[in-house]
Amino acid sequence: MASKFTIDRRAVLRGIAAGGALGASATLPFRPAFAKTTTVGFIYVGARDDYGYNQAHAEGAAALKSLPGIKVVEEENVPETVAVQKTMESMINLDGATLLFPTSFGYFDPHMLKMAKKYPDLTFLHCGGLWTAGKHPKNTGSYFGYIDEAQYLSGIVAGYASKSKKLGFVAAKPIPQVLRNINSFTLGAQSVDPTITCQVIFTGEWSMPVKEAEATNSLADQGVDVVTCHVDGPKVVVETAEKRGLYTCGYHASQAPLAPKGYLTGAEWNWSKVYTDYVNLFTAGKPIPNLVRGGLKEGIVKTSAYGPAASAEARKHADAVKAKFMAGDMVIYKGPIETNDGKTIVAAGTSHGQTDIWLESMDWLVKGVIGGT
Amino acid sequence: MPGFAVRLLGASEALVLPLAALAASMVLFGIFVTLAGVDPVEVFALMYKGAFGTAFSIQNTLQRAAPLVLAALCTALPAQLGLVIIGGEGALVMGGLTAVAAALALPAGTPPLAVQIAMAAAGMAAGGAWIALSGALRHFRGVNETISSLLLTYIAIAILNHMVSGPMRDPASLNKPSTPPIGDANMIGSIPGMDVHWGLVFGIVFCIGAWVLMDRTTFGFAARMVGGNVRAAAMSGLPVGRLLIITCFIAGAAAGLAGMVEVAAVHGAANAPLAAGYGYTGILVAFLARQNPLAVIPVAILLGGIDASGGLLQRRLDLPDATVMVLQGIIFVVILASETLYGRFRVFNPKEAA
Repeated sequence: MASKFTIDRRAVLRGIAAGGALGASATLPFRPAFAKTTTVGFIYVGARDDYGYNQAHAEGAAALKSLPGIKVVEEENVPETVAVQKTMESMINLDGATLLFPTSFGYFDPHMLKMAKKYPDLTFLHCGGLWTAGKHPKNTGSYFGYIDEAQYLSGIVAGYASKSKKLGFVAAKPIPQVLRNINSFTLGAQSVDPTITCQVIFTGEWSMPVKEAEATNSLADQGVDVVTCHVDGPKVVVETAEKRGLYTCGYHASQAPLAPKGYLTGAEWNWSKVYTDYVNLFTAGKPIPNLVRGGLKEGIVKTSAYGPAASAEARKHADAVKAKFMAGDMVIYKGPIETNDGKTIVAAGTSHGQTDIWLESMDWLVKGVIGGT
Repeated sequence: MPGFAVRLLGASEALVLPLAALAASMVLFGIFVTLAGVDPVEVFALMYKGAFGTAFSIQNTLQRAAPLVLAALCTALPAQLGLVIIGGEGALVMGGLTAVAAALALPAGTPPLAVQIAMAAAGMAAGGAWIALSGALRHFRGVNETISSLLLTYIAIAILNHMVSGPMRDPASLNKPSTPPIGDANMIGSIPGMDVHWGLVFGIVFCIGAWVLMDRTTFGFAARMVGGNVRAAAMSGLPVGRLLIITCFIAGAAAGLAGMVEVAAVHGAANAPLAAGYGYTGILVAFLARQNPLAVIPVAILLGGIDASGGLLQRRLDLPDATVMVLQGIIFVVILASETLYGRFRVFNPKEAA
């Protein structure tokens, strides 16, 4: 009887405490008036630990956590609907965030733009490189990297590793960003051996693990012996390839722990540098550039450390080309380049440097790629 | 005991049982988060704050509830006839896509209101046709409507993806394939004084209309009779096929309208994010509301609130995103289990007790 009473009393006390907490939280002003700490909000479209796109951003966000006076708030699995608008507003209203990084490509238009108009004093930075002067609000900006430079290097290493001279690429959607990665990867491999082909399979979705596994298995069955991908979470592709005894090149983040035997190298984002730079500008009150772009040279993208399967020859070749990228005099799209449906897309003697806007509306695949857009 | 008190007591059963089930789910969820190493009091305090604690939170909740109200009707209405339709997502997608097609087909300079009405009509017609197809397959060919509506959803999403990346693609939408925008002027704005779009009002009106239709008209009576016993209804001369297909059409029209609101109030164009899963959450809402069109509204708000508070749990307590899914799951199971308790408490049926 006595013990029962104790439990009841505890429950009652807990209830009172809960009521008190609710009352207090309902009356407190949520925007901290003493905004000495800067709250930075990060929003991810998938899981933070997806070994891919979202993990790359989360690793970048994690780099900010050690900075003094910075508080990072994060939310994962936020769909590209009104939900992301509300998540941004929730971070602003309830957490006092003043700098927001909605990281998924699809968050930009209309979601982030709408919030930026509603909260003109706050700063919104988006990953994707879509910002256009005159068209988009001044308190917004975008950043993106020429990750196909790292894909080109992966292609070189893959070219050396492949015995069958058949590479495989598991891709999400036939959009310019993805096509550019496929082309650069293939051109990198063909710089080793021009007869190399690359079989591409589009899954149609950014994250569709079952199809990605099927695609990888199907590539293995066709005699492909090096696989890479451009999907949000390369985990399944890399794991499946490792199980089938294929070599892999990673994407977005390092998947080396998933494929200790077959991982050659990979194209990774270096968001920790980008985010640290942004936050330093922001807290110092300096103007934030609306458009930030760059590749290996600017430190926006990087390559994974070579795996045990990458030959010394491959490393030497890739390192030499990387040095050219770092010096700024490497051009991937240099004529003559033929498409896989027989057109000459870049004439001999012409070249399109990495910053060339023409490359961003790519709707073709180079010769040697098996698959259509 | 006076008659009306007995009736009131009987009716209160439908309110008290779900609330008790909800409370039980909260207790179970509290135990779950305690096991996960978080103070349940803090969790509930944050959930309250995130869902209803501030003016912003309430609007956040209502905004998230809006599409769920309409999507839930897609399951709740056919349920009156004993059908289990789970294809609301497909009707929503077809509604949104067709609404955009209607807006783009109209000549430039058409007054915005006319464009919006055309979009709503087209969206409802397309969504309605989509679910009516399921109903027709059921009636004429004996195809299980649950399976056919689910499969039709996959087809609808495939059509959406094909159209936005092919025939209807705006060439300017490079890396996020979309249809051309319907134009800012044609967007439907927010409810005055609130940051919640008109979809909420459409949903509530649709729910009330559906309730009147099912509870207060001969059509509804006939429909519920079909739900009670198809053969008896057919024997007594009711046009079973017509009732079935019309109800399915209205149900699909509700989801189609939700799709139209998504494109006209949120996205401004049709693209892949249109298939955001509202149709599936709508099934959950309909079942929790025990397929009652009026109960759909509070249940949708409850789930909207859980959704709205999920972000705060992630940000403040570092709980994974799946936490709110666990809560949704617990509520679903406990409420379904509580169905078996109806009529088992004498307090609600004093006459029988006496």
